[in-house]
Amino acid sequence: MTLLMAALITGIGLGSMYGLIALGFQITYSVSSKVNFAQGSMVMLGAVLGFVFCQQYGMPVILGYPLAILCCGVMGVLVEFFLVRPFAVRNSEAWLMATVAGGILLDNAVLFTFGNEPRTLPSVLVEDSWNILGTGVYPQQILIPIAAIGVALGLHALFRHTRQGRALLAVVQNQTAAKLMGINTTVMVTGSFAISSMLAGCAGLLIAPLFSVHSDMGTLFGLKAFAVAILGGMTSAYSVMLAGFIYGMVEAAVTTYLGSSYTFIVVFALVIAVLTIKPSGLFGRAAIKKV
Amino acid sequence: MSAYSPIPKLTRRAALLGAAAVLMLASALPVTAVRAEDTVKLGLVAALSGQSAKSGEAITRGITLAIDKINAEGGVLGKPLELVSRDDESNPGKGLVAARELAQREGVAALIGGLDTPVSLAIVPFANQQKIPFVGPWAAGTPITKNGAEENYVFRVSAVDEYVDEAITEYLVKKYGAKKPGMILINNPWGESNEKGLLKALEKRSMPNAGIEKFESNDVDVVPQLTRLKENGADSLFVVANVAPTAQVVKSLDRMGWDVPISSHWGPAGGRFTELAGASGEKVHFIQTYLFTDASSPMFVKLQEKFPEIKTLADVTPATGIANAYDATLLIAAAIEKAGSTEGPAVRQAMYEISGIEGMIKTYDKPFTPDDQDALGPEDYTFAKFVEGEIIPITD
Repeated sequence: MTLLMAALITGIGLGSMYGLIALGFQITYSVSSKVNFAQGSMVMLGAVLGFVFCQQYGMPVILGYPLAILCCGVMGVLVEFFLVRPFAVRNSEAWLMATVAGGILLDNAVLFTFGNEPRTLPSVLVEDSWNILGTGVYPQQILIPIAAIGVALGLHALFRHTRQGRALLAVVQNQTAAKLMGINTTVMVTGSFAISSMLAGCAGLLIAPLFSVHSDMGTLFGLKAFAVAILGGMTSAYSVMLAGFIYGMVEAAVTTYLGSSYTFIVVFALVIAVLTIKPSGLFGRAAIKKV
Repeated sequence: MSAYSPIPKLTRRAALLGAAAVLMLASALPVTAVRAEDTVKLGLVAALSGQSAKSGEAITRGITLAIDKINAEGGVLGKPLELVSRDDESNPGKGLVAARELAQREGVAALIGGLDTPVSLAIVPFANQQKIPFVGPWAAGTPITKNGAEENYVFRVSAVDEYVDEAITEYLVKKYGAKKPGMILINNPWGESNEKGLLKALEKRSMPNAGIEKFESNDVDVVPQLTRLKENGADSLFVVANVAPTAQVVKSLDRMGWDVPISSHWGPAGGRFTELAGASGEKVHFIQTYLFTDASSPMFVKLQEKFPEIKTLADVTPATGIANAYDATLLIAAAIEKAGSTEGPAVRQAMYEISGIEGMIKTYDKPFTPDDQDALGPEDYTFAKFVEGEIIPITD
């Protein structure tokens, strides 16, 4: 029972984190059919900036964290402008490689400036553990899913109830029609990359206190989140978040009952199996491309 | 119309042919004629970034101090000793590439390094095949020196897993009266090497174990493995992992509220352990081969002079790395001097003959034999723990 409870809590926490990062993939994909493969590095950037602002410069959390997330947003804009747009306007798929390269560049830039050692991002929510149904839980672990769902809902409200948000949804539906209606699709695309990076930065800040902050912490998260996004179908935010939870729980269950050496093998084998049966993901619909 | 015959016009073809000819001539010139071999090079392959970066830094400092001492006394074979470093990023593949480059391109007389056991194991076959001495100042995996090669070029001035496992088992039994320890080991060749050693040590004492759990170095949560050990009746724990994973073990134990004696290999010593693990990091007792206990000791003073960023004893974490590397450098330099050349086979023979070398850990008299290429044994180990970022020996 203790093991099951531990698995459940870990699964929900990690799953909501993957979902948040995957949401970033989904947003840029639905707006521009492009993905930022440096997403994992954005997770790392959020955590690193959180450390720099709060630990090194001594800013209070209420100031440091939002600033870190904002900087991630700026990074997202830069990625879109320098690594995606030049190729997109020429109808080239090289943005795939460019964003991967951008991620590697960012990781190494952080390695040189931040340093080569893992550091800790402390949080009051990891100091004492609560005992829930026989297993120890840090308040931070409860915060993660709440924050992730909160952010996702907030984003949803933003899209439905603000002008700019609805404009973004219009671009998702039909880019040409949106352009004809006077919506600046370029700005919408840039905005989607900014939001995507901010989501990743947010995830980084949430997981860092449970883990440690170092320059290559994001790679694995980015990879898993991409699998989650594909699993969810890339079509709707709900499906991506749900896929995140499912993935997180399966991963936690495998780790708990089989040991962490089997986690990758089993979980990714399952992902492949699911995609073989349902190629457009668990909840996705096949996209129709009119030629 | 000029008086003299016209200079033939430079056609494009002629220009290209000319350029090609110049290039060919230039590349045919022996480049080595320009670069004289006026130093004896020592190649370092170690993790200089990542979670073991502090250990890599300690090794570099130890070697640098030793080189300064050697060069002040005239160098090796009349030439100054020079250090060439490469970062293996704790990656066996990168370590092998670096070793190859150092041996073949830089022409180093010997290799020092291999911080992580998996990286060392990757370099061992290359060193033996290339016949270049490879001295390990850190990695403790037993099969590194006991690699079964006919002509073994791999030496070590460091702890050996087999002896360490015996020592940490004895520690748990003597100090805490442990009857059924559990093992939580990193899932890589180093963890495997220690699994064998620990089982051997437990078998010697007819002790059962509460389980052998493995975990990955980027695991956020080790609670499932630890819960299984606890439910199996573990009254103590063996931990073998590097800084960050051991910190995760400590954090997971905290979360579970499980207070249990922990005897560990020296993984935690390699970095900012108490920062990553929290205050409970002080509960982990681990092995060391050397500790600075006195800020006025001549070695420490010399260290501070060379590296002014070292302000207190806490800044030299881990002293083990500095001492092992310092002694290893002295030994290899002595061997090269004794051999009278930098040829691998000659240096290797000389390693079996050197004596009277005063290192930081001890004085070495014929420290190596073809059957035992490890300079340090269980009698050279001490136990220590972290107290607020500083490694303090355990005295009782």
